[in-house]
Amino acid sequence: MAKRFDVRRQNGFVSLAILCFFLLYLPIATLVVYAFNDNDSLAIWKGFSLRWFHVAWNNGLVIESSIRSFQIAAVAALLATISATMAALATTRTNPYRGLTFKYAFINQPLMVPEIVTAVALLIVFSRIKIWTGYSGLGYLVAAHTAFCVPFAYLPIRARLESMDLALETAAADLYATKWKTFRHVTLPLLWPGILAGLMLAFVVSLDDVVITEFVKSGGQDTLPTYMLGQIRRGVTPEINAISTAFLLLSIGIVTAFFFVSRKRT
Amino acid sequence: MATASEVAEQAERDDIRLRWLLSAPALLIVFLAALGPLLIVVVYSFLTPGNYGDVKWQFSTDAWVSVLFERDVFDDTVSFATAYLSIFWRSVSLSLATTVLTLTLGFPTAYFIATRPDHRRDIWLFLITIPFWTNLLIRTFAMQEVLRNDGIINSALQLLGIADHPVQLMYTNFAVLAGMVYVFLPLMVLPLYASMEKIDFRLVEAGYDLYATRFEVLRRIIVPLVTPGIVAGSILVFIPSLGAYVTPRVLGGGTNLMIGNLIELQFGQGRNWPLGAALSITLMVIVMVALLFYVRNTTRSDGAHG
Repeated sequence: MAKRFDVRRQNGFVSLAILCFFLLYLPIATLVVYAFNDNDSLAIWKGFSLRWFHVAWNNGLVIESSIRSFQIAAVAALLATISATMAALATTRTNPYRGLTFKYAFINQPLMVPEIVTAVALLIVFSRIKIWTGYSGLGYLVAAHTAFCVPFAYLPIRARLESMDLALETAAADLYATKWKTFRHVTLPLLWPGILAGLMLAFVVSLDDVVITEFVKSGGQDTLPTYMLGQIRRGVTPEINAISTAFLLLSIGIVTAFFFVSRKRT
Repeated sequence: MATASEVAEQAERDDIRLRWLLSAPALLIVFLAALGPLLIVVVYSFLTPGNYGDVKWQFSTDAWVSVLFERDVFDDTVSFATAYLSIFWRSVSLSLATTVLTLTLGFPTAYFIATRPDHRRDIWLFLITIPFWTNLLIRTFAMQEVLRNDGIINSALQLLGIADHPVQLMYTNFAVLAGMVYVFLPLMVLPLYASMEKIDFRLVEAGYDLYATRFEVLRRIIVPLVTPGIVAGSILVFIPSLGAYVTPRVLGGGTNLMIGNLIELQFGQGRNWPLGAALSITLMVIVMVALLFYVRNTTRSDGAHG
């Protein structure tokens, strides 16, 4: 029997795709494998061991910077998601009004500018404010992170809102629900998966940031990524692999959760 | 008494006021911690560098002049600032190479995913998403593991007897390029996939019915259909490549600088904040031009396809 002619086939595409997946995962796999290396240097494999995970766990700086990363990411993601939800409600399901396009452009602005440029801009402004006010706490990092998290939180929330039609809200209004009650009991429950997706995206984006944090942080305010950047420059032990592996697992966990949340249709 | 139309108008005005109120926090935070500071960068680029970093409040165009030109210290003649221009050139050419390579690898990959059966596409897509959401620093570091003198590439080369001593891969332009391709590949695959998913394969069938070869189908049916995805992916890769900071810093060492590192240098050892500000704005202008190209291209192709 003749093989069926497949109109979708293109010569060599499957092998290139497989090569692409292989290239994507080879470096990550190497990184993870060497995290379990029982050797002082990265070079030679000396057998399986969890010792570098112990070393990382007992490294005060690693724990301290991880906690700081989580604090900043939690606050920034929360603030960004709340303001992005409000902004999404204000910019969807409406007739075009003056300033609507302006709002889109404004909110998405942090996505258009190279991170390094935002970073030096914030360095300039915040160093001046630090001199004026004498305050040098985590507030600067939280503000910077919140700003660049806003578009990431905004996009999934807006996408979700646009797929919801106004019929249910109109029905609620017909039944004399106030605007707030309609929002609380109709819009919010329907919007929830979008908000959750936005929150998770914002959290991951904040957790991953290196460049802006590197420029904005004051002394002793390392987050985990900036701590790692400093270590990588100094030459590395498998400890960095161990930290990376733990970080990687966390990211995969969040992405998996995001994948299911944004997939769920109600 | 208010007429019905007046009531409706009033309601609409209230609605719009509420909408401005609701968007105020997001607009404010973006203005305070992203857009506003950019405007101050413009101001700083016209000031005089301070002795220990920061600036003196004294108008000067020196920063802008030295982006393009350099003044000879001996006879005050002005010539092109070859050092900066070569870094700009390296950034642009490395970013273009990154875009082309990610497209070469990403196109077949996106096509592969888009032509899987429905229920299996999600899995493949998920495999692209994981590296995408993995910390960029970790991925760059992973690339360093591969490229090191005792990394797996060099071990493989020596094992196969191709090289008898380690080939220096780290701290070269090649390392920066490999790192950027690796780091930005998912940004190419995702928009390509989004436009390939919508291909109507009956068009391809029609092409074969008219005796097209596989390559002709690819070139004259598939590529034109996914042009918006190609443009979007290229922009998404090109722009962050141009502003890359972490990847060239980790993989390029001290000598293979890109614009991002040059800017940082002015705020660190260089202690020339106005020059750093001027370089930042130059970078931003290049990015804006690329974005403008993208906007023009998408509106045109939308028009062409109705």
